[in-house]
Amino acid sequence: MSQQEWPLYEVFIRTRGGLSHRHAGSLHAADDQMALDHARDTYTRRSEGVSLWVVRSDRIVASDPAETSAFFSPAEDKIYRHPTFYEVPDGVENL
Amino acid sequence: MNSGEALTAYVTRLGDNALILGQRLVKLVAASPELEEELANANFALDYIGQSRLFYSYAAEREGRGRSEDDLAFLRHENEFRNLLLLEQPNGHFGDTIVRQVLFDAYYLALLEALMCCADTRLAEIAARAGREVRYHLRHARQWLIRLGDGTAESHRRVQQSLDDLWRYTGEMFDADELDEAMRRDYNGPDLTAIAASWRQELAGILAEATLTMPGRDVMARGGKQGRHSEHFGYLIAELQILQRSYPGATW
Amino acid sequence: MYTQGLDQAGNKETMTSGRETAAQLAAFQARIDAEEKIEAKDWMPDAYRRTLIRQISQHAHSEIIGMQPEGNWLTRAPSLKRKAILLAKVQDEAGHGLYLYSAAETLGVSRDQMVADLLSGKAKYSSIFNYPTLSWADIGAIGWLVDGAAIMNQIPLCRCSYGPYARAMVRVCKEESFHQRQGFEIMLTLCRGTDEQRAMAQDALDRFWWPALMMFGPNDSQSKHSAQSMAWKIKRFSNDELRQKFVDITVQQAEFLGLKVPDENLALDEDAGHYRFSEIDWQEFFDVLAGNGPCNRERIQKRRKAHEDGAWVREAARAYADKIAARAAA
Repeated sequence: MSQQEWPLYEVFIRTRGGLSHRHAGSLHAADDQMALDHARDTYTRRSEGVSLWVVRSDRIVASDPAETSAFFSPAEDKIYRHPTFYEVPDGVENL
Repeated sequence: MNSGEALTAYVTRLGDNALILGQRLVKLVAASPELEEELANANFALDYIGQSRLFYSYAAEREGRGRSEDDLAFLRHENEFRNLLLLEQPNGHFGDTIVRQVLFDAYYLALLEALMCCADTRLAEIAARAGREVRYHLRHARQWLIRLGDGTAESHRRVQQSLDDLWRYTGEMFDADELDEAMRRDYNGPDLTAIAASWRQELAGILAEATLTMPGRDVMARGGKQGRHSEHFGYLIAELQILQRSYPGATW
Repeated sequence: MYTQGLDQAGNKETMTSGRETAAQLAAFQARIDAEEKIEAKDWMPDAYRRTLIRQISQHAHSEIIGMQPEGNWLTRAPSLKRKAILLAKVQDEAGHGLYLYSAAETLGVSRDQMVADLLSGKAKYSSIFNYPTLSWADIGAIGWLVDGAAIMNQIPLCRCSYGPYARAMVRVCKEESFHQRQGFEIMLTLCRGTDEQRAMAQDALDRFWWPALMMFGPNDSQSKHSAQSMAWKIKRFSNDELRQKFVDITVQQAEFLGLKVPDENLALDEDAGHYRFSEIDWQEFFDVLAGNGPCNRERIQKRRKAHEDGAWVREAARAYADKIAARAAA
């Protein structure tokens, strides 16, 4: 009867401006608003200025680590993507 | 009593409301319907206990008799506490606690917003801080009442019953006694008649969305504000005060 | 994302198949040895997954059950400040349980399943929480001894091989810092207080010392899971190592408090630089683990009651969410 649990949500937090949202963990909630409230209560204890994203886990599309080598190939043949290819003339700073 | 003493008594009473509600919520620890709700409940209880400390510390300072926040909480007798009867009612089931929360928070938030404009700076500051917390509590409780009212037939039946049972404790919130009148007159305090009207309107909106019926009963319970409590109160206070009563003068 | 990874019929490589090749196991061990972190959808031996699920869920259950003995003194805390601090601590424990359940779910077990296993008695949790809190001093003793023991275990876990568990532990450890201090401070206040308060503190130590030592688990020679867990970096130090470290630190703290550790054989071995202590009563440990400790039944009953009482609430929330979704779609 009520063994059907609330769906799983993933929580992402940006702790202050200038930073990215980072994955903090997951929680269960019945709806999106509840997920946001729970994320606030669990992961931020209501600090000000924090941005929260919650996403239902089953809505996330993820790459498959088994395909890593093909998916993320550094493409050894395309040398112009590597910064070491470019010659930097002497006297140029910060490059 | 003079207006200064009235303000002190008024602030103490605000502390009483916060403490008694906090004490009730603390009893819900490890009893929530879901782990995530445990955290929410603990947050709210912490907020109310925190508020009680702010109110009591201020009142004790104003009194100038060398009492502390703990003296007010642990060493006064039952009839010295002036909290609303609503808040000392037992927790019951989750629906009962949510209904109690909505009924009180809708009033308390309006009260705090009015107090933010009162003539006493310290009280206005405490009210501002508490107001931010209570705004969140009300949103949380309101959303839950809607879920339960408009959830299943069973949840609807249960919270309608909670509402019917607790309605009789709502009148007391808007009874203006001599302290309320002194606040209004001398410190630009809240207008309970205006708050009563806006509260009723807000409740009507929430209940409509929750598909619940506003009870029609008009006979209201009274006495908390005068220190005449329900039978539940004695047990609550006994638990609260036991250690300080058993070991007088000890430091903890 | 997590649970579905295991349900993909076509993804046999990541499913538990019992056909783990020596090459796969060796490659996995090489990653571990190189201090690489294993993440949720990475290939892992079935035993690694099962061990982690067991360990992480037990840890989560311990946090949740642990709320009860401390929660027992919330209404009676002797000052508003102590009440607030204890409540914050208990709240943190709920949060830790949540982080840990979340980490366990990444391995393919559901929260519902873990809760069901706890309530049925199938899942274990730390033995210490099956002891009653009989005085306010017990709250101090739990913070000082139990959190002290837990921290000793938890800090190394921040470097365990499984990413989600390690990250959860980092979060837990950050919040844990004030728990032990709070407990020690309570003990200190009592020990500096009245004769009755000092006696209360001594009595708490008398009752919690041995159960705290038992928290580190059986002697290494009796501990069946240890060797493989160490190789896979799920466990970083042995039971006896951690227990010895705990005794060495805590005995000195007890001396500072002016309390006597309830062990007549306790003695400092100057040459080794360690305290020697009596053999633990392992019968008590196994009795408690088997469900026959002072409070096992009460702990599970309270948890079960909360869960059952909450069924109509959880159901209503789902029904409402479905209604909202249907209205939006209409």
